[in-house]
Amino acid sequence: MSAGARNVAGMTNEPMVEAVGLAKSFGQTRALQGVDLAIPQGTVHGVLGPNGAGKTTAVRILSTLLRPDAGRARIAGHDVVRDAERVRASIGLTGQYASVDEDLTGRQNLVLFGTLLDLGRKGARARAAELLEWFDLTGAADRPAKTYSGGMRRRLDLAASLVGRPDVIFLDEPTTGLDPAKREDMWGVVRSLVRDGSTVLLTTQYLEEAEALADEITVIDHGRVIANDTPQRLKRRVGGQTLEVRPADERDLPRTAEILAMVSSGAAPEALRDGKLAVPVSGDAAMAEAVARLTAEGIGVTELSLHLPSLDEVFFALTSGSSNTIKEFAA
Amino acid sequence: MSTIALNRPAAKPFKLIRHSLELTRRSLIKTWRTPEALIDVTVQPGLFLIIFVYIFGGAVSGSTHSYLQFLMPGVLAQTIAMGAISIGVNLNTDIEKGIFDRFRSLPIPRSAPLIGAVFGDVVRYVLVSISTFAFAYAMGFRLGSDPLHAVAGCLLAVLFGLCLSWAPVFLGMIVRTSGAVQGIGFLTVLPLTFASNVFVGVGTLPGWMQGFVRNNPLTHLVEAMRGLFLGTPGYLPHVWWTLGWCAALVVVFMPLALAAYRRKV
Repeated sequence: MSAGARNVAGMTNEPMVEAVGLAKSFGQTRALQGVDLAIPQGTVHGVLGPNGAGKTTAVRILSTLLRPDAGRARIAGHDVVRDAERVRASIGLTGQYASVDEDLTGRQNLVLFGTLLDLGRKGARARAAELLEWFDLTGAADRPAKTYSGGMRRRLDLAASLVGRPDVIFLDEPTTGLDPAKREDMWGVVRSLVRDGSTVLLTTQYLEEAEALADEITVIDHGRVIANDTPQRLKRRVGGQTLEVRPADERDLPRTAEILAMVSSGAAPEALRDGKLAVPVSGDAAMAEAVARLTAEGIGVTELSLHLPSLDEVFFALTSGSSNTIKEFAA
Repeated sequence: MSTIALNRPAAKPFKLIRHSLELTRRSLIKTWRTPEALIDVTVQPGLFLIIFVYIFGGAVSGSTHSYLQFLMPGVLAQTIAMGAISIGVNLNTDIEKGIFDRFRSLPIPRSAPLIGAVFGDVVRYVLVSISTFAFAYAMGFRLGSDPLHAVAGCLLAVLFGLCLSWAPVFLGMIVRTSGAVQGIGFLTVLPLTFASNVFVGVGTLPGWMQGFVRNNPLTHLVEAMRGLFLGTPGYLPHVWWTLGWCAALVVVFMPLALAAYRRKV
């Protein structure tokens, strides 16, 4: 991958993807009501939200497929409305945003996109072969895309978006329907793209995926940004943490419970399965305090851990009370 | 590296031609892969020739042979007009499947995918010409002119098909489902081909209908083709009329189709 072509925005420290106040309505439906985004170069940005929250509309505006009613957006320093042609030369779209031709073979698809990107016939063929090899599709390269399995199809989708070595890649649910091993493979590919300097906007339904890949997450609901932070801070913001302790000797359980009650942020300690106690805490200091007190009392422990809430819990907390959104859009 | 070449905008007209031809190539690959999609243009002319010549020929023209000579150019024109509908159906399907979003996200001229699709249909129209000639010759049709004029007649028909197809392209952009494109297309083309000189001479029609029939673009095309195939004189004005209609169809429907394509989300 060429690093030289990528620092268009990097040189000025401008975000690779920048949106300010994006708004879009379809008739009575206000799909976006002022969405801001800023994605630094070489990072993965997760966009999460319930169905109909406005994720797809946002991506379609950023990829020049739709014009915003209000607001502005720049990709690699180019305005998506005024300089759409340059934006198109800088982006790659996958999945539901832009499909491949199912009647064409994997290779024919990639060669077609290569020639349309002005790589020349020879260049397009070479690039297609390179991508087919990288995505382990060489064996199926000359079969029509409609015969591909789910995993092969995802890989071809991603390969198709990479033909022009884009600066910004819009990834739509890259692992939906893949088994865990294939999912890990796909994550590896995304990480290597980012290592090479690409910027990725990822929409996904799997919070686990956002957690594994995203440097930063934006949660959209009702066409508005309701949260924007790193996965770690998002979790902290919503839930606080849980301290779990298992004393080595079951007879120490009452004493341990007393100690945990002292460091708790409110609720009383809760007994879990296999002799474990859990208590909500509000800061990292609680763990150190618990350890100090347990040591002072001479209580041995076999397990002691501090957990952030899962992103699922965060997501649910942030978007709860909005389940009617889904019905609104489905109607 | 290639990325750098990417950002340099090529000369516009060449870019449009080059990208349109790449997308034409895509259409041809698809046609090659799904030959069953060509059934309408290969079998239909034979079916129409057989039905009309052997069922109505005697009644309309006195003899099946003279009716075949009269009918053959008309059936060729009719099949091309009906074959044009499928481009609207195909484009509608393409849009539904999301492949056009890919094209729209690439730094290529907006009109290239549509122009490419229209050019790609040239194969269908050439096939119509070949299969109509094959069926007609097997049934006893004979050229009254020479092969050169016959080829000119076919080219005129193919050109008309290419220009006419901008109308179904427009339809494919504004109608929601491919089934609706097929339905509306058929309901438009059917009266256009029957209220013409394809099956009967214009003189046999009621007066109020003659006005429409004489100005039907298909009438001019068929009149021009009859002249070119059979060697009958006086066809030249109809060639000019046909070319005028070709231009008119492109001037009206191409901008409409492109505008609808840009609006399409």
